[in-house]
Amino acid sequence: MKTKKRSSFSRLAYSKKLAPYLFILPFVIAFCVFFAYPIMETFSMSFQKVINLNTGRFVGFKNYARLDNAHFFNALKTSTIYTLCMVCIMLIMPITLAVFLNSKMLKLKNFFRSVIFIPALVSTISAGIAFRLIFGDTDIGFVNSIIVKLGGEPIQWKMGYATGIFIMVILASWREMGINMIYCLSALQTISAELYESAEMDGANKFQQFVFITIPQVKPIIIYVLTLTIINGYRMFTEGYVYWNETNPGDNGLTIVRYIYNQAFQKNDMGLGSAIGVVLLLIILVINLIQLKGFGMFDKEDR
Amino acid sequence: MKKRALFMSIAAMTMAASMTSFAAEPTELTVWVSNELHNSIFEFGEKAYNEAHPDAPVDVNVEVYANAEMAEKLLIALQSGTGAPDIADININYFANYCGEDCQLIELDDIVADVIDDCIASRFDIYKFNDHYYGIPTHVGAMFTYYNMDIMEQAGYTIEDVNAIKTWDQYYEIGADVLEKTGIPMTAYEVSNQRPFWPMIVSRGGDYLDENGDVVLDSEVNIDTLNYMLDQYNAGVAVQAAGGNTSVEEFWTAMNKGSYASLSMPSWFMSRFINYMPDLKGKIAVRLMPIMAEGDASVVGIGGTGTAITNQCENVELAKEVLSLSKLTYEANVNIWTSLMFDPVRVDTWKDDALTAPSEYFYNESPFTLLSEYVEGGGEVLSPNNKALSADAQDVVNNSAMYNAFLGGMSAEDTLAEAAQELRDKQY
Repeated sequence: MKTKKRSSFSRLAYSKKLAPYLFILPFVIAFCVFFAYPIMETFSMSFQKVINLNTGRFVGFKNYARLDNAHFFNALKTSTIYTLCMVCIMLIMPITLAVFLNSKMLKLKNFFRSVIFIPALVSTISAGIAFRLIFGDTDIGFVNSIIVKLGGEPIQWKMGYATGIFIMVILASWREMGINMIYCLSALQTISAELYESAEMDGANKFQQFVFITIPQVKPIIIYVLTLTIINGYRMFTEGYVYWNETNPGDNGLTIVRYIYNQAFQKNDMGLGSAIGVVLLLIILVINLIQLKGFGMFDKEDR
Repeated sequence: MKKRALFMSIAAMTMAASMTSFAAEPTELTVWVSNELHNSIFEFGEKAYNEAHPDAPVDVNVEVYANAEMAEKLLIALQSGTGAPDIADININYFANYCGEDCQLIELDDIVADVIDDCIASRFDIYKFNDHYYGIPTHVGAMFTYYNMDIMEQAGYTIEDVNAIKTWDQYYEIGADVLEKTGIPMTAYEVSNQRPFWPMIVSRGGDYLDENGDVVLDSEVNIDTLNYMLDQYNAGVAVQAAGGNTSVEEFWTAMNKGSYASLSMPSWFMSRFINYMPDLKGKIAVRLMPIMAEGDASVVGIGGTGTAITNQCENVELAKEVLSLSKLTYEANVNIWTSLMFDPVRVDTWKDDALTAPSEYFYNESPFTLLSEYVEGGGEVLSPNNKALSADAQDVVNNSAMYNAFLGGMSAEDTLAEAAQELRDKQY
């Protein structure tokens, strides 16, 4: 009896039809419990006035209609500008740094690699506290004290919209530069040296080599970095929270996720919070689909 | 046989141990607070309770969380029906969140009724929803104006001149003179928070919400007050608080350096002075906040923390008694002053020696002399209306209205009309 059972089980496990499903089952379960179910629940809550986590009243599209307010659009604008800035920086800087750090001429390569990578290991909160003090509003803040010494007026970093975006971008770039550089660096190292040799023989200069060999070869990694940057940009919360931890004067530093946090958890307005979450999901989805399509990721021939 | 004997003796020992521990086993009460300083309130109550009931002691476990984090944790614990503490110290900004359609807090009407006649009633009203009290206030949070006497004297004003200031007009007249003579602005306004705008309008009978919870943010009184503030601001007599509000390091440094001649903040700011502005020791004279016109209230209670018992508490009567002993008895109120420097809500304690003792930091005076005089003279102590939209209203003022008026160049009418509209849109 026992042996018979075992054999039937092993037959199942070795079955070519069933085995793949058996192997992905743990992931599918985790996906359903921790991803699909919460998304469905969020979707349903976005149509409710949530009174208790278990009780709510359906209010139709009212929560979505309430998104038509200045704060939501300010948050959307802030997140978009922030993401654009991050994309520009992450498109150019990591690959440039990687090319330099990959060059044979550079000395102390490992030292520079570590210096650029170490910020990625620091938590945003602890780095943020340091940055908040560096960009203090009065003339005794670090950056302001330099500006004052150079004869300028102290800047109220957290009170202005542009300066607000700037200090968030600085903090995020400082942290994320290193990890993206490592991706680019590892991609660079897979490029065969023969390509460069033959290009040199054909008379291509260093810049032409960079444009016609390096860039196409690391394109998949750049797409990867770009995709992650866009997703992280729209999901950004902490970089804003460390600077404006109580209030967002003039909506400075108010990102979409901060708006979700304010409404859902601080105001106990889970319905509105869920509606913002659904809209955010759609935004990221659409942008990424357009971007991936643009890069030809869905073309069969490319694979 | 041997084994069995061993087993028996172990069993007997464990039984004996559990029985002795049963006799002295204290009942546990969990308390969540959002500020470490508040621990001493509940430690005091625990001690008082255990002295009164040595046979049935209580063990109060205080857990400290960051302000917003605690509010969030409590919300989820209450909504999911598990994991909430017995007692929670809830910041007034979040209090209305828990008292919506399905209130998860316990009514405290009985313990409030015992003491309310000795207390500032308006401080209890802020935690009153549907005619029931759900929170016990920690302090009055009376608005004071703190004068830096060094700067005032530099401009030629004595303490008698400061004593004579009764109205905002007198205050700003002197302020303009101080600015002219010393170059130092008279006061600082918060642009990413709501003071002194909120206390100023409440003193005149204005507020963000009325007693029914409807939005009155764009009322005549409020617009008039904001215009008045803008006039002072544009004249340079009042300036933006460094860092945007009075709770940040930048502001404390600036105040400590003597960047402002005076400041209007609630009573709890006294402990900020002592902790963060050591250079002002002996120079700060505490006076009642000026008023706009005869009939306005000189004392307005702003801010606060309401202590509530949650519906997940298993020993409600015990929790109520501990809460009373922590925050409502005469001794507890004296303790709130001596341990935390908060102005207690029991008026009868204001004459206690512990409260009238002069403070070296504050010009060798006690603020309670002025408070007692005011209340005995029939003066009213007003508090803002705390209703369902309160947290939203404060947010709109903190994030938009003050910023738009002082930094964005919007007029008082437009600023408040826009903010009020935003709030009205939320009433659905």
